[in-house]
Amino acid sequence: MRHAPLNSRDRELDRFRFRIAFAGGAVLLAFALLFGRFIYLQVVQHDYFRTRAEDNRISLVPIPPNRGVIVDRNGVVLARNYSAFTLEITPSRVADLEETIDRLAELVEIQPKDRKRFRKLREESKTFESLPIRTRLSDEEVARFAANRYRFPGVEVKARLFRQYPLGATASHALGYIGRINDRDLETIARSEQDANYKGTDHFGKSGLEQRYEFQLHGETGYEQIEVDAGGHAVRSLSRTPPVPGNNLTLTLDSKLQAITEKAFGDRRGALVAIDPTTGGILALVSVPTYDPNLFVDGIRSDDWEALNNSPDKPMVNRALNGAYPPGSTFKPFMALAALELGKRTPQQAIADPGYFNFGGHTFMDDKKGGHGMVDMYKSIVQSCNTYYFALANDLGIDHIARFMAPFGFGSRTGIDIDGESEGVLPSPEWKKRRFKRVEQQKWFAGETISVGIGQGYNAYTPIQLAQAMATLANDGVMFRPHLVRHITDSKTGEKTLIEPEPLRTIPLKPQHLETIKRAMVGVNKEGTGARAFAGAPYEVGGKTGTAQVYSLRGGTYNRDKVKKDLRDHALFIAFAPVDKPRIALAVLVENGGFGAQSAAPIARMVLDYYLLGKLPPGPAGEDEAAEDE
Amino acid sequence: MMDIRHLLRRAWARLVGHLDAPLLAIMFGIMLLGLATVYSATADTSNRTLAQAMNMGIGLCVMWGVAQLPPQKLMRFGVPLYALGIVLLVLTFLFGITVNGSKRWLSIGITRIQPSELLKIAVPLTLAWYFHKHEAALRLRHYAVAAILLLIPFLLIAKQPDLGTALLVGGAGFYVIFFAGLPWKVIIGLGLIGAAAAPFAWTLLHDYQRRRILTLLDPSSDPLGAGYHIIQSTIAIGSGGPLGKGWLAGTQTHLEFIPERHTDFIFAVFSEEWGLLGNGVLLLLYAALIGRGLMIAANASTLFARTLAGSITLSLFTYAFVNMGMVSGILPVVGVPLPFMSYGGTALVTLCLGTGILMSIQTHRMLVKK
Repeated sequence: MRHAPLNSRDRELDRFRFRIAFAGGAVLLAFALLFGRFIYLQVVQHDYFRTRAEDNRISLVPIPPNRGVIVDRNGVVLARNYSAFTLEITPSRVADLEETIDRLAELVEIQPKDRKRFRKLREESKTFESLPIRTRLSDEEVARFAANRYRFPGVEVKARLFRQYPLGATASHALGYIGRINDRDLETIARSEQDANYKGTDHFGKSGLEQRYEFQLHGETGYEQIEVDAGGHAVRSLSRTPPVPGNNLTLTLDSKLQAITEKAFGDRRGALVAIDPTTGGILALVSVPTYDPNLFVDGIRSDDWEALNNSPDKPMVNRALNGAYPPGSTFKPFMALAALELGKRTPQQAIADPGYFNFGGHTFMDDKKGGHGMVDMYKSIVQSCNTYYFALANDLGIDHIARFMAPFGFGSRTGIDIDGESEGVLPSPEWKKRRFKRVEQQKWFAGETISVGIGQGYNAYTPIQLAQAMATLANDGVMFRPHLVRHITDSKTGEKTLIEPEPLRTIPLKPQHLETIKRAMVGVNKEGTGARAFAGAPYEVGGKTGTAQVYSLRGGTYNRDKVKKDLRDHALFIAFAPVDKPRIALAVLVENGGFGAQSAAPIARMVLDYYLLGKLPPGPAGEDEAAEDE
Repeated sequence: MMDIRHLLRRAWARLVGHLDAPLLAIMFGIMLLGLATVYSATADTSNRTLAQAMNMGIGLCVMWGVAQLPPQKLMRFGVPLYALGIVLLVLTFLFGITVNGSKRWLSIGITRIQPSELLKIAVPLTLAWYFHKHEAALRLRHYAVAAILLLIPFLLIAKQPDLGTALLVGGAGFYVIFFAGLPWKVIIGLGLIGAAAAPFAWTLLHDYQRRRILTLLDPSSDPLGAGYHIIQSTIAIGSGGPLGKGWLAGTQTHLEFIPERHTDFIFAVFSEEWGLLGNGVLLLLYAALIGRGLMIAANASTLFARTLAGSITLSLFTYAFVNMGMVSGILPVVGVPLPFMSYGGTALVTLCLGTGILMSIQTHRMLVKK
């Protein structure tokens, strides 16, 4: 208790009033701070925020263009677009995704595979993207969803264009496929400074022509200026710039020939490349087994993907461009040509073939026991005599072989208009030095040259390299860049841009030498290893069989039946026809097909019969069991 | 005739007798601006103007009713309301309904209530009563007890978590303690301890609360997430410019870029359409409201009335300052409405309860002295 309550009370009141004044001062200070902030925002920064508000108001909504169509040389459509309704979910705008999908399933059919695919898409995409849960809705399903739309915020029906490959699996390795844009594609887009043009696009070429010609096929994105709210709802349209559809591709490929060839392989694995030697235009680019590119368009289902990816037949590998195989005896015509050009042999010069070749204490065996007898150049090709080439390789030496073969494109990319082509291996001492790290492995042994002479050893070429080399030889040394697109049609002007035949180089070859080799190759199909396959052919055709060793036999003899199927040799065949004015050159490879004469040559026969005569084959090319080995 | 006129005059006197004209005029001014802004913010979608006018009507009735009660009667409500509030808060803590990750609501059969709202009035009422009771011999321990009485609801609300309401309740309680004469030494000491403990407090914050503070420092770091509100509202304010875009002409508002535009972010709508000029007027109105409140407090006759009036007035300030500060991007986003502007019945009733108390204190002053 204080002594002077009244006085104390007054003092207390004074103290209180001081605190009130203090609070009032604080309030004024705080409001002054706020007002300062308002002045800063509304006067100092006004112009900046006015622009920001203006940008907010008008949104540019991209209108993706129609992708260009791909047709074959005869106008058959290989890739086109169709419009369909999809049911799409924007995961970020949906609280409980699973529950929403369950409720949607009551309205439209949603199968487990659709859920699986959606889950996969989700993992690959950003949350603010809208992702399809169902594609190709029926009109009834669209109507049913529309009536219940209000129950599903973040879910909408969209009309979208889909890519379709009407021929299915045919030519899939050439066409490739499109799929949803991923991070790597975004990088490609950014590098090409196409960012703006890809707003609104959600598919991108992933392989084949779809990938290489992506920026031709894509077209120009249109824009609609729309007044929108923050929720992205359009208020009204202010202006519209229509999209420009992508350019159309017309291929050199003959889809009928392609389909017949794929069928000719039956269930065997392999590749075939057929080229027009006078232009480099590719007539057929086959890699079997194929796959159906339509599977990839809406996002591939995981079980489909597993099946394709885990198949021992590796259908996703483009063997024509990425498989590297020893050329086997198909290498011999080029070796013979080298001998002529470098003056190491004359056509008439003959050797006595005892059936083996001794070199440095090692015996290289010929396929034929006891040998071929006296062998000149013609016979060496027609009968595919190894001993002749063992000796020739030794005489030429590895440096000369490598230097002569390189211009034909062996061991370097052909430059075909599909990405990811393999280089193959043209063996040489320099190559060995690059290839191996350890010094003792880098040395080139003279014995290694001997196997190179018959297309074995380190030799490894892609089927398209073999086809290109064949085409170059058939075209008398004038080499074209192989290509699939004949011309590009501008969608705006209708103007056609011809992909001009692009001569890569002219190899100086003496006409009489070429004549010698071509005659010998004709001989192969008349009286040699290809004679059975080409019996009764009404056109003149040059060819050469080959067998690529998968399994190295040390000293023993090769017994086809004793060797497991996947260790059987690869069968090869190269051919060109008609001989005096070649219109087609090709290379065939049948994996584990055994002898070239037996499984590869009959396929070549079918292709040539159709392309030159229009003759349709009755079924897959059979294996010629009685074919002679080479 | 004379009788009727006389009767009318008496009825009028009865009606306005306990109302404070300046306070009421200022409130009307702010409410009118509020109605116009709620109209602009909601007319495009679902018009809430009429509903808000009704809320205001209810609020004014509550205010009138409270103003009739003398402070001595108000004092009696303190402890029961406080006790009820704490019980409800504990029940909410145990059985509350979780909405958007925080447990703020309690279901009571027909409807759900937010008990923390009750504490905004109950806490200052109780503390003011407590100091009033011990007025004769205030010792430091009384301030300590008051602090504990304040901390219990504060922590329960902060735990929900509802930082906005916790701050308002905490503020209201602290203002009472401050006006009751908490020594400056203690205030400064607590301030220093608080500053030292800030890093520790940071670790106690929820992720989303930390994010809000970080977002305040750099809204562009998360333009589609937590920073979105701040970015859009500062654009609205800044693009309003000195004179504003005009009523109903705010693009940010009408194109729905401003979230919560009729509730917590209504200031962005107002500011976009009325500009710096409008902001100045609004600030003046709030300053006048607070000034009048402080005047009432200064003239109040008892410790209870003084501390309560001071606390209510400074709470009004806290509402206004925190809201405008958050919308203009200088304070983190917390759920605090703009007094008499934001749409919402609960907040309006609470605020009117406060101004009703102020009026009661002002108009019962003389009677107490007699």
